[in-house]
Amino acid sequence: MRLTGSILALALLLPCAVAGQGHGRAVTVTGEVASDAVPERPGRVVSINLCTDQLAMLLAAPGQLLSVSHLAAEPRSSSMAEQAGAYRLNHGRAEEIWLMQPDLVIAGSFSRRATVDMLRRLGVPVVVMGPAYSLAQVSDRLREMGAALGRETEAEQAVRDFEAALEALRDEVPDPPRAAIYDANGYTAGNRTLAGEILATAGFANIATEAGVAGVGRLPLELLAMADPDAVISSRRHPGASRSEEILDHPVVQALRDRSAGAVLTDRDWVCGTPHVLNAIAEMRALRRTVAAE
Amino acid sequence: MTRLYAFLVPLVLVLGLISLCTGPAGMGVAESLRALFAGGEGPLTLVMREIRMPRMLLAVMTGGSLGLAGAAMQGYLRNPLAEPGLIGVSGSAAFGAVLAIQTGLSAAFALALPLMALAGALAAVVILLAMAGPRGGSLTLILAGIAISALAGALTSLVLNLSPNPFAANEIVFWMMGSLADRSMLHVWLALPFMVVGWTIFATVGRGLDALTLGEDAAASMGINLVRLQWGVVIATACVVGAGTAVAGAIGFVGLVVPHILRPFTGGRPGALLLASALGGAAMLLASDIAVRVILPERDLKLGVLTALVGAPFFLHLVWKVRRERA
Repeated sequence: MRLTGSILALALLLPCAVAGQGHGRAVTVTGEVASDAVPERPGRVVSINLCTDQLAMLLAAPGQLLSVSHLAAEPRSSSMAEQAGAYRLNHGRAEEIWLMQPDLVIAGSFSRRATVDMLRRLGVPVVVMGPAYSLAQVSDRLREMGAALGRETEAEQAVRDFEAALEALRDEVPDPPRAAIYDANGYTAGNRTLAGEILATAGFANIATEAGVAGVGRLPLELLAMADPDAVISSRRHPGASRSEEILDHPVVQALRDRSAGAVLTDRDWVCGTPHVLNAIAEMRALRRTVAAE
Repeated sequence: MTRLYAFLVPLVLVLGLISLCTGPAGMGVAESLRALFAGGEGPLTLVMREIRMPRMLLAVMTGGSLGLAGAAMQGYLRNPLAEPGLIGVSGSAAFGAVLAIQTGLSAAFALALPLMALAGALAAVVILLAMAGPRGGSLTLILAGIAISALAGALTSLVLNLSPNPFAANEIVFWMMGSLADRSMLHVWLALPFMVVGWTIFATVGRGLDALTLGEDAAASMGINLVRLQWGVVIATACVVGAGTAVAGAIGFVGLVVPHILRPFTGGRPGALLLASALGGAAMLLASDIAVRVILPERDLKLGVLTALVGAPFFLHLVWKVRRERA
């Protein structure tokens, strides 16, 4: 009984302690999700998603962005790992975010629902942004981020720069070589994905389309072999071992790589809809030129 | 008996042929077989020789091994519920294989994969026999098996969750349910030597298992070396289940269903049941592997899902029968 009593007392005291440490005001947890009253020009912004991290770092005013997710500092996954070092790193947990006293949290639509709901219940405004599934949506996301941070002018400038650079990368390719994105577990990306658009913009025809995969899906190894692509593009191996990546060593994939151009894609420039996809397009464009020259 | 083989051998051959001709590339039978045997430069030869052939061979090898191991364990323990998947032998083998991959051992030395799986399987069989040998009864065996299964499963999940590789954790399903998708001839060569050792040992235990049906004393008086028989079954089971699990994951219930169906046709002689179960197991796994490709071609449906859907009701039926015999 005494144990139960002390646990109960602790449970009652704990939220107060956290609240005291945090904002110093009483918190009413209502259970319903509060509507986000987003400040016009937030001064303490926390981003908890790899892609919103990079958009925020690109557009935020000095001192406006407080913290980005720990993934933003990983050179493997983030194109802005160096810049991320200047910010506090978070792991997307409600408690640590609350303690930073943000006046705006920016999350991705794949961020943990429980975290987002908890922050809203605590009265922290949260803006949730979807990923970019196409190059056109990269511009949309830049504008959305600009609006969230109150940096619309900078966002418009970034969109103009991005679209001009994108236009400069487009070539007339009369007879595009055929490429396949082929990754762990045999996954590929079709034309209705960001990766698919990167490939198409670089001047490749996508094998996934021939196989009837429009989004992200499995491309059976047999179909890859039968398609006999001019280039097989895979991402770099992750640290540690896995069966899933073993498929990239399969004799069939190796034979295709020997026969065609094998390429390793730089993950960080492909995963997020930021202007860094321009690097990915440039890389693939260079690959297409070597393939076409052969 | 001869009639049984006259049915099973053609069945395996026909299923093997269907397996070779099933796949998303959707080529004609004649064309596929010509590409397989005559060769040529085209991509179809690559598909037949490097994708479909190893898949068919592994189904035959693994299925046959599981059928054999099930029949031998049931014969030795005189317990119809003994099956490598159910009592944790496959699960422990999977843990050994996962350890080999995650520690980087298998990358440094390819045979480490089947060897570690073999060690895992061996540990499980030895513990099981120590706790529930021939006199232990069904209940002790199943309970010990549940504990070993749970522990092996938990350790497998732990190792995969600790891996820095983002894909590793999702592979728990493969190790628990098994699949033959996208295997290569390399996997055939990794598993084959250990399986051949296991099969050879199993070929020598038939007479002992037959004698054991009369009781241990009678068997001993017939000149059967019981210690040798026990270690023969243990080592052979570890060899075939370890090697099979290392390349195909843990596939359950094959070793339960097949000997159970074929037992009436072999006159209840465990020795004769061995070869029949090997053929039956190969047929069952070939059929399952064809089915996963036909039902959900784009999803890599796991083999263990199908075998469990067939096997679990069988198991309940067997438990029911054992219960009635006790009462």
